[in-house]
Formats: sequence, structure tokens, C-alpha cells
Amino acid sequence: MDQPNVTTTVLGADEIILNMGPQHPSTHGVLRVKLKLDGEKVTGSECIIGYLHRGVEKIGENRTYPQFAPYVDRTDYVAAVSNGLGYCEAVEKLLGAEAPPRARWVRTILTELQRIASHLLWLGTHALDIGAITPVFYTFREREEILKIFEKYCGARLTTHAFRIGGLLYETYDGFEEEVKAFCRDFEKKVVEYEELLTENRIWVQRTRNVGILTPQDAIDMGATGPVLRGSGIRWDIRKAFPYAAYDQFQFDIPIGERGDTYDRYLVRMEEMRQSRRIVLQAVESIPEGPILARVGKVIKPPPGEVYHSIEAPKGELGYYIVSDGTTQPYRLRIRPPSFINLEAFDKMVRGHLVADVVAIIGTLDIVLGEVDR
Amino acid sequence: MMDEQKKEEPKPAEAPAGEAKPAAAAPKPPAKPAGPAPEPLENDLVRRLRARFGAAVGEATLDRKQAIVVIGRERLLDACRYLKEEEKFDFLTDLTAVDWLTRSPRFAVILNLYSFPRNERLRLKAPVDDACPSVTSVWGTADWLERECFDMFGIVFEGHPGLKRILLPDEWKGHPLRKDYDILKQDTDWVRENLGIESGQ
Repeated sequence: MDQPNVTTTVLGADEIILNMGPQHPSTHGVLRVKLKLDGEKVTGSECIIGYLHRGVEKIGENRTYPQFAPYVDRTDYVAAVSNGLGYCEAVEKLLGAEAPPRARWVRTILTELQRIASHLLWLGTHALDIGAITPVFYTFREREEILKIFEKYCGARLTTHAFRIGGLLYETYDGFEEEVKAFCRDFEKKVVEYEELLTENRIWVQRTRNVGILTPQDAIDMGATGPVLRGSGIRWDIRKAFPYAAYDQFQFDIPIGERGDTYDRYLVRMEEMRQSRRIVLQAVESIPEGPILARVGKVIKPPPGEVYHSIEAPKGELGYYIVSDGTTQPYRLRIRPPSFINLEAFDKMVRGHLVADVVAIIGTLDIVLGEVDR
Repeated sequence: MMDEQKKEEPKPAEAPAGEAKPAAAAPKPPAKPAGPAPEPLENDLVRRLRARFGAAVGEATLDRKQAIVVIGRERLLDACRYLKEEEKFDFLTDLTAVDWLTRSPRFAVILNLYSFPRNERLRLKAPVDDACPSVTSVWGTADWLERECFDMFGIVFEGHPGLKRILLPDEWKGHPLRKDYDILKQDTDWVRENLGIESGQ
């Protein structure tokens, strides 16, 4: 509401406007931020986005349901598996179909691995932004292991198109379970390694404690979801609130923060990686046998109607709102992007901080511009 | 390892493609979602809304287990405030629109609400022509979402503090998610204007 338009706001005698981005390495893509500064202090901000806008929703209206599935991988391109899960489940809901148990288990495993991979990428780059060079080498080492599993499973590392409407196209490869288990076994120690580098590191704590505080009331008002919401102390996760895939079968905890600052969000994501590992281990021990693809027919033609389905993507609530008019193409396809809406809280978080903290706050929101701009 | 899919679960075999009227006949077997045909919804919340807002509350339906209520645009803001403050729908998940080109009013503004205390979703639909009251005073989230909606559909949100384009450049012509916005025509227009030739194809 009090969104300032810094370009039109009258500047004080000591105030200047500083442009950050779109070609700034710490903005994680092509985000441009206009900052109103009083000395080093930020007194207002405005995000300028859309540099990566490709009209994904319009494309969706001009493709059949299966044709559009690869496009969703390119919204949040560091968590393609999660996007695919959300889309496929939304269309299944629209059809009134359900994926067979085996498919739901494998989907859960891959999606949780993707969450770990996405959080690892976030951790490495976030630490790099703040000045800690080492973690990025560690995290990319483990992320590579996950990407190798994806590659063996479906042939692609990033834009995977791993799932199909109705289940899976591919069976798991020989040795899938063992590789996943081996990864989980090693990963427990790796998280400890990252924590040793950062959690009690004095510079890290000073750069993140009390920076970018988002109160629980603001978090709800600004529509924040995912680790940003949980960092503010609200224990809410779609995996628990509206379980999908096979999440109702497994035990896991929802970590929350206390103060809602950058450090809390860091701790929440670290714990989430541990919990994801827990889910993967439970799931990989109990994959049921059976078919992997439900019979949805070759031509996907949902009955007229509409559906909103959302999943807990690594960044927050990723929702698909699809309106069907009974043809093979969606009449309207809306993607509810977590990054876009989380970024809205940026102005609230950044005011009163120093220019150097802006980088920490962009990092802690964990945005992907492909998803912000769509 | 390839699974032959011998054991089929009781699924609506070719529900979508096969029969002529799938909505009525096929959807009985599937276990999870209710019949994909929307059915009327009548619960306490809807009754309270009707009692309070009378004729402004239109059709209430349950589509695939999701509650949908149609609200007239003139009472939309009041209804949102009521839903937030008294019914505890404290979270605006999403705000978007659908262009029903041939209908009147042409657009439907869609608000996806969520309530943390009730763990419940509710979808509001407001049929509008090209102007709609802004709900930014109720939920802060609506700011960017309404800007995006304006950008894509050209719906003016009255009372929005800074309604301007968000994803597209300010000088962009037209609103891309409108059904009468032709992607190819836009390319041709650009080519004519900037290259001075008839077509780039």
C-alpha cells in the first residue's frame, strides 16, 4: 500500500537514487532494483521486473495439456522437477485421475531431491553474495550428485520433464534405490560441514542476524510462502496442510524461525534439507510395486471446469489454476509463482538497512527470475 | 524393468476422450476427486454471505472439491473485508482473471483465498467489464497481483495505489492475455513499424 514510487517521490537534500541491476551478479538474474538512499541507508525501493518475460501463460493457452508440460520446467529452472509435479497433479485433478502409488512414491523422492538441490544452489550463492567463497564449492559438489541421479533417470539434468500427466513415463533405472540411499547416507555429514562453515561463523551471523526482518503479520499480508513464511515463525507447509503425492505417508517436521530475519531463514532451509533427506530415505525404502502410469487416454481432454492445485515448491507455494472448456487446450492457465509474490515483501524488508544488506536480502528471498517474470 | 501395466486400477478408462457426455457418466469410478461436474454448494459460510450481501452473492458451486462463490463487483471490496476480518480468510493466495470473450461482463476476476485458522480455501469470482475495485487495502499481496492483472488483461483496479504495467514495458501496446490478442499479428505490426516491410515471415 505504501509502495513508494521512488522515481516520483521527492528526494531529500541528502538522498540519491541508485540503480542495482539488471546486470548485477548478486541479483540472481535480471532483477533491477531502484534504491533510494540516504548515505548508505536504504529509505525506499522499487523492483523492476519483466526482463525475462516470455508469456508462458499465453503459450499455455495455445498448447495441448501434454505439450505444455516441458514449458513449466523453464519457469523455476533450478527446480524443474517440482514445477512438473505441480502441473501434472493439477491436470490430473482436472481430469479426475490419480497417479498410481508407485508413481507417487517416485515423484516424492525426486521432488525432495530437487528441493535439496535447489536449497544447495541457494546456500552456495547466498553465501557467495555475502562474501563466503567456500560453501559454493561444497554445495555444488552435492548438487552434482543429485543432478546425476536425474540424468540417469530421465536423461536431463536441469529441465527434466520427469513426470507425465497420470504418472511417470520411465521406470526407475537399475540401482536407483541404492544410489539414492548412498546419497542420503553421505549427505547427513555434508550438511554438518556446511553448518560448520557458517552457523557459528561470526561474520556470517553479523551479516544475517536482524537483517531483513519480516514479521509474521507482514509475511501473511504480503502473501509470503515457503521458507520465507516459515522463517517468520508460521508453521505452515502445503505438504502437511493439503498433502499431495505421497507425503501423507511419511514422517517429517516443519522447521520455523523465531525472529524472521535472514539468519532464521538460513536455519529453516538448512533444517529443511535434513527433513527432505528424511522423507527420501523413508520413501526409497517403501516404493510399492505396480504400474507407473494411470490410464488417462492418449488425448487429454478434461471435462469443463476449473481447478487450483498447489504444491510446496522449494521457493514456496507453486499453484496452477487451470480452466478447461472441454477441449484439448487449457482455456486459461495461470501459474501462481512463489518467487514473484515473495519478492513483493522485499521493500518491507529492505528499508532502514545498508546497501550491502540489500544483497543479503535478495539472496534470502531465494528468487528465480525465470519464475518471477514467467 | 519396464512395467507392462497389466494391472489396471479401476480408473475411468477413457473418461475424457471416449464417451460423448463424460461429465455425467464416466466420473463415478475415480476414487479421489468428486465428479468433475460442478455441483451447487450450500454451507454455513455461503448462507452467512447471502444473509449479509444478499443479491450480490451469486452462484456458489463446488467444483472438484473446491468452493467457488460468485460476487458482484459492487460489493466485492466489502465482501473481501468481511471474509478477512470475520471469516478469517487472512491470506490472499492468488489474484488473476479469465477472459470470457463472448460473455457479458467479459472478464472474471478470480481471488484465491486461504484461511490459516480454518485450513480452507475459497475462490471468489467477480464478473467485471474492464474495471474492478482494488483489494489492496485488504491484503497487501494484491498490489503486484493487480498490477499483473492490469498488465495482462487491461482490467483497471479502482483505488490501486500505483496501477501500472509490471512485467511488460510501459510502452507496450495491448494486453496479451486477452483472447483477442493475436501473437502473430503483434509480430507483424512490429515488423511493419520498425523494418518498413510487409511481413517478417
